[in-house]
Amino acid sequence: MTPLGLHCEPGGFTIDPVRPVDRAVITHGHADHARPGHGAVLATPETLAIMRARMGEAGAGAVQQPILPGEVLRQGGVEIRLLPAGHVLGSAQVVLDWQGSRVVVSGDYKRQRDPTCAPFEVVPGRGGGLGGCDVFVTEATFALPVFRHPPPEAEVAKLLKSLALFPERTHVVGCYALGKCQRLIRLLREAGWEAPIHLHGALAPLCRLYEALGVPLGPLAPATVAAKAALRGAIVLAPPSAIQDRWARRLAEPVVGLASGWMRVRQRARTRGVELPLVISDHADWDDLNRTIDEVGAPEVWVTHGRDDALVHALALRGIRGRALHLIGLGEEEDDPPPGADQGDDAAATAAGHEAGDDVANRGEATTAAAHGVGGAAVRRGGTEHAAVRRGENEHAAANRGEAATAAVRGVGGAAANRGENI
Amino acid sequence: MSVPDFAALLERLVFTPGRLAKLALLRDWFAHQPDPDRGIGLAALTEELVFTAAKPGLIRDLAMARTDPVLFALSHDYVGDLAETVALIWPVRAGVNAPPPSLAEVVEALELTPKAELPGLIAGWLDALDASGRLALIKLITGGLRVGVSGRLARIALADWSGQPVEAIEEVWHGVAPPYLPLFAWLEGRAARPDPRDVPVFRPLMLAHPLEEADVAALDPAAWRAEWKWDGIRVQLVAGPGGRRIWSRGGEDISGAFPEILAAMDFHAVLDGELLVMRDGFIAPFAELQQRLNRKAVTARMLQDHPVGVRLYDLLLEGEEDLRPLPFDARRARLEAWVARVAPARMDLSAQIAFASVAQLGEIRDGARAASIEGLMLKRADSPYVAGRVKGLWWKWKRDPLSIDAVLMYAQRGHGKRSSFYSDYTFGLWRPDGAGGEELVPVGKAYSGYTDEELGWLDRWIRNHTTGRFGPVREVEKALVLEVIFDAAQRSSRHKSGVALRFPRIARIRTDKPAAEADRLETLMAHVAAAGALAEEG
Repeated sequence: MTPLGLHCEPGGFTIDPVRPVDRAVITHGHADHARPGHGAVLATPETLAIMRARMGEAGAGAVQQPILPGEVLRQGGVEIRLLPAGHVLGSAQVVLDWQGSRVVVSGDYKRQRDPTCAPFEVVPGRGGGLGGCDVFVTEATFALPVFRHPPPEAEVAKLLKSLALFPERTHVVGCYALGKCQRLIRLLREAGWEAPIHLHGALAPLCRLYEALGVPLGPLAPATVAAKAALRGAIVLAPPSAIQDRWARRLAEPVVGLASGWMRVRQRARTRGVELPLVISDHADWDDLNRTIDEVGAPEVWVTHGRDDALVHALALRGIRGRALHLIGLGEEEDDPPPGADQGDDAAATAAGHEAGDDVANRGEATTAAAHGVGGAAVRRGGTEHAAVRRGENEHAAANRGEAATAAVRGVGGAAANRGENI
Repeated sequence: MSVPDFAALLERLVFTPGRLAKLALLRDWFAHQPDPDRGIGLAALTEELVFTAAKPGLIRDLAMARTDPVLFALSHDYVGDLAETVALIWPVRAGVNAPPPSLAEVVEALELTPKAELPGLIAGWLDALDASGRLALIKLITGGLRVGVSGRLARIALADWSGQPVEAIEEVWHGVAPPYLPLFAWLEGRAARPDPRDVPVFRPLMLAHPLEEADVAALDPAAWRAEWKWDGIRVQLVAGPGGRRIWSRGGEDISGAFPEILAAMDFHAVLDGELLVMRDGFIAPFAELQQRLNRKAVTARMLQDHPVGVRLYDLLLEGEEDLRPLPFDARRARLEAWVARVAPARMDLSAQIAFASVAQLGEIRDGARAASIEGLMLKRADSPYVAGRVKGLWWKWKRDPLSIDAVLMYAQRGHGKRSSFYSDYTFGLWRPDGAGGEELVPVGKAYSGYTDEELGWLDRWIRNHTTGRFGPVREVEKALVLEVIFDAAQRSSRHKSGVALRFPRIARIRTDKPAAEADRLETLMAHVAAAGALAEEG
């Protein structure tokens, strides 16, 4: 029983471990899944490249082993394959076969079109056709029926309409550095926006990497050095922590937008002070989560993080056995802040070098804190309310812990120290 | 296609804090929407259009019939708002390809459809709309759009868009009904200005400029008239064969909140005055009047505890005769004669203050201690009654503000342009803590008075001296003294300190003063005591 995420006992490896391990399989490059300091790391070539860019050659794993979708690797009697997950560039599901049983760990995924990465693939059946596994491990970030992401093209059209209505104002859109930023840029290009797109310093390195990995993004320019007047009517992309902070003061009467699945709910947009919410998410929405589970055809579904209560309930209505794993450390990726997280504040982001555009340093610090199990966010917040929620979750986790150890992969409930971050 | 268009407008308005941006969104709506939908949308925004047929319960039942109860409960719990939960959770029906309704269709159908058929009708519309369209529709038919568009803002947008002066629009606004076809026809130059005839419309008020010290010396006592500036709310009373209305300064109909005044308006005239809580001619502080503002229902208890009256300033129309072009002195004579003849209940004359010199007037001003007096009004004897703020005709000469040196305790981020700044400050004064020491007790909150430069300085200071965080609020070291000025201090049981400040603002940052030397609560309470005597001036 170790709080190390999804550990495969016969294979001796862990998927997306939250602490350094000897052998790790990484589904994708977001900081809550890809952490530094592992021994051997197995991932897609793109994910490895992203990890190297964010945590340096050494942090990305002592031994880095790329594996292409479709390749099969054997480890301690377990067959390992990766399948595209459609979440961000390089993102993959992990398919594990052991003694006739199959587990698919989907990592984070979405089914919406994304011009910057390969689309999600339903695991092929062992006897031909699609679907067929014993356990499907899924996320549940947006697992409430109120989350139905509209077509992203319509959201980008909203941004362009606002630019037409307020041509003198800078439109600054908060988006996360890995995936969302590049997807937004490609969507804007598809919608005919050919002008340079200005970037906060923290977003530039990964944009360069995407281009190097074959995702063209068109003309990009730094936002930091441009004169205020030159940014009138321009699109500026920045990390969500920067859009409402001192950094944004350099912009001309900014219209503040934020691209996130959470923007579907008004109160969420309002508390963030967002004027132009754009519902663009790299996670599956309610319909797509349920559709995907039906398509992969697993009789048992494990839910790693998110709104497992609603999803497990919905699965039970269809006769599918659902289990909430309450995995620690997930759901805090840059993409979508968990409900209640104090994202509006600035000290953490700026202190860690966001303002200077030093993405790597920032990332390193955040992940180290999490890896030590300290939970930077929990320490910073530390309110009684959080503590109460944390306690409740732990009871829940403890109740689940006993059950989760079946099949080839073991899902483990969380360590108390870290839980605060996950709420 | 206009419910979706309306939904897009609502969505922008809801999230837009800036007034100028709101005006731009409204102008765009007027310019691009067809009749009658643009007028219906306008009426919905300003809450002139209210539907009663569909209750929130009906909407909830429709959604519950289409979703699993556990999932609905979890969703409602997460989203909070029922209308929004329903809009988001509403399952898309495959094969529905009916076009979304127009606003005009919605309005007409809601009026004509028998009650039993309403659920089916509304469900059909919800099926044909996307999530934002559904939210707009539900908010529209159950009320409560709450997008921060006042009637006044809408009329300014109409003026900006059409080029007509806003005063001209104000005068006909209440004489036209949704969807305002004659109004739009006039604003687009396709027809003459609508004639409100007997309708008790609002006529824009005449406003005053603040008197600067430099202007004081130039005042000729013979050419000016003085009155107290009462601290109530400015109102316009309109009564005649077409009905009775009490209009606020901004042209909002507030008749419903003051039935006793409405009942007393048994005359045919248009009057300008100050609404005040009055007991036998004595004026209570503004805090008492606040108990009567923004109330939907007025209870007998409120009528008894906080009786209101109107102190009359001016007579605009007597019968059908428009007195506004007359000089002030002539209108005043007509007003005095009118009050003597009609003697309306709950109304009295705002007395004129005799003065021989400006210096003497200054002394009178400084001598007024009552909290219900803000200062003096100076009106030029020959001034006609003109809409808006015309310089040189009327002056307001406010009493010098009171001031305290308080300690900054908490700071909160502002909105809109100030959203990256800690711009709202809670400040406190010292008092004994009951254990032989001293403690700070918060006495007020200010978010104005400083320059941009001072705001930047305060923002940095707060970030560097934060000791605690509560959501958007930061607690700071109790080390910075702010000079806070305010118009009056009033006793308040709703505040921990027992005192409420009227219009507090930051006058100066006192980096020179140690926090321990800031004022004590007793100093402030002394101001309360001084102003505590009910106003009897006038």
